[in-house]
Amino acid sequence: MAGLFDKFRVNRPKVDQSRSDETARATLPSDLWIKCSDCGNAMYRKVFQDNLKVCDKCGFHHKLSSHERLELLADPGSFDEWDRGLYSGNPLSFAPEYLDKLDSDRKKTGLEDAVLSGKIELNGLPVGLAIMDFGFRGGSMGSVVGEKITRVLERAGDLRIPALVVTSSGGARMQEGMLSLMQMVRTSAAVRRLNELAVPYFCLLTDPTTAGVAASFAALGDVIVAEPRAIIGFAGARVIEQTIRQKLPPGFQTSEFFQKHGFIDMVVPRADLKATLGRLIGMFSVPVLETAP
Amino acid sequence: MSMILEVEKPLLELEKKIKELKEVNMTGRVDLSSEIRLLERKAEQLKRSIYEDLSAWDRVQIARHSLRPSTTDYIQALFTDFMELHGDRLFADDPAIVAGLARFEGRACLVVGHQKGKDTKDNLARNFGMPNPEGFRKAGRLMSLGHRFKMPIFTFVDTPGAYPGIEAEERGQYEAIATNIALMTELGSPIVTLVIGEGGSGGALGIAVGDRVLMLENSVYSVISPEGCATILWRDASKAEQAAASLGLTSEILLRLGLVDEVLPEPLGGAHRDIPLVFETVARALRKHLGELLLLSPEERVKQRYDKYRRMGVVLDSPLRA
Repeated sequence: MAGLFDKFRVNRPKVDQSRSDETARATLPSDLWIKCSDCGNAMYRKVFQDNLKVCDKCGFHHKLSSHERLELLADPGSFDEWDRGLYSGNPLSFAPEYLDKLDSDRKKTGLEDAVLSGKIELNGLPVGLAIMDFGFRGGSMGSVVGEKITRVLERAGDLRIPALVVTSSGGARMQEGMLSLMQMVRTSAAVRRLNELAVPYFCLLTDPTTAGVAASFAALGDVIVAEPRAIIGFAGARVIEQTIRQKLPPGFQTSEFFQKHGFIDMVVPRADLKATLGRLIGMFSVPVLETAP
Repeated sequence: MSMILEVEKPLLELEKKIKELKEVNMTGRVDLSSEIRLLERKAEQLKRSIYEDLSAWDRVQIARHSLRPSTTDYIQALFTDFMELHGDRLFADDPAIVAGLARFEGRACLVVGHQKGKDTKDNLARNFGMPNPEGFRKAGRLMSLGHRFKMPIFTFVDTPGAYPGIEAEERGQYEAIATNIALMTELGSPIVTLVIGEGGSGGALGIAVGDRVLMLENSVYSVISPEGCATILWRDASKAEQAAASLGLTSEILLRLGLVDEVLPEPLGGAHRDIPLVFETVARALRKHLGELLLLSPEERVKQRYDKYRRMGVVLDSPLRA
């Protein structure tokens, strides 16, 4: 795994690396050092990158960009991108700052909106993949995100290949109003179609997966895997605290919390993710291939 | 306690004055009928000027009005033989969602709706219409029953949102909502949903996926509460009025965006000002939409429902510039 993201850096020169570290929530005292946003541990940037952006002291999993996630999961050279060229509109004529932010997030992430999608091979198995990117408007789900995820699910059904969605999102994109809420229905409906076709659908929940995204396709996987200590849940912690007027217990709304309460199948450290997902998807791939048209 | 909108205060004062004059007139000592007629004309004009140009925030206030008819009022007025059924068979019964069997014009059907309280005590019992996971699971259990026995499903939407609490999270609020949304996309029953008051985000949508989604004119339906949006965007909940105007939460805008199928007119000033008239309007609309949906097979309904939601989104092929 060493040097995985170094390669990513070479491959995507357009992406401004200093900005993408912001999405990792790691504050950097200098170019050489990275500070863990959870425990404050200072690490050499090189060590941090080699460790897949996991703190070598406390094990906190910092956020990955969608391209980094792709490098982590896809067999080298196997990515065939789907649905480029889809852009968000401003259907409610929200404040013009919104358009500025879309524009700067496009430059920052190299994405058109908050999802990167396509077909990959994962340990040799074909998979229809969608990866949400928190660095683009907090991974918020507007029409484009809903459209791309729905298309991945529909196309996986057409191709009879397993679907995997990697979530990282604060929820619906407020600036699209109710159009964004309706994306919960489209994506959920597409999951149920996959269920009917007996095409397996997997979710990988990463930090954070909340609100409208948690309450739709992220909760509907045949198998749901989460990264350690990802924040997951319906309501935001601040909203809950304001409602009940008390502090929340430690570890509330983490992957481990929801695994304990019965909503997540497996919590898997980043270093083991590809191997685990490969074994998991492999369990389903024989009958899937047999039913292929 | 009846809530009074700031904009309607002059009208209510005028109406009070008319009432007083009428009382004096009744005594027969003086003839005030011409003054009364004049004031009544004035009141009518004032009513129009106030209510015909309501802001999004005014509508939020009307949608939350404590005298606005609630789910149980519609059940009582439009259905017969209502039998409330309780519980999700897993954990508890959720009083914030009312569900049961009833007859609509003789036909057995399944009715589900959010229920706010009529007063403070009732509101505490109903958790202000904010469901816990078991509410969505009860709804799902009964909708599946309706589907199995080919009963039409009617849902009434009126909630500030799903309850944000520790236990609600522990019991999987997000999973309960997701599962019910997904379920409603695959049920063969005709599903008619009516937003009667406040459609609060995922907690509303959790029972609001329908072949037909209707809205009363002054009801609102929003991805986030105006207060929540103002807090996130401007860190200031008092800018809710501005947020309401930005969120596109009125029936008029949602109809234009194709997210609701029909808007049902209300009497001037809101449903609470002429409740029997609203019941008539709603009954007519439910009859019409159910009649149309019954002409389709369950498979056709599921397919049309999928296609309807599949189209919801605004996607461009080139980026917008500020």
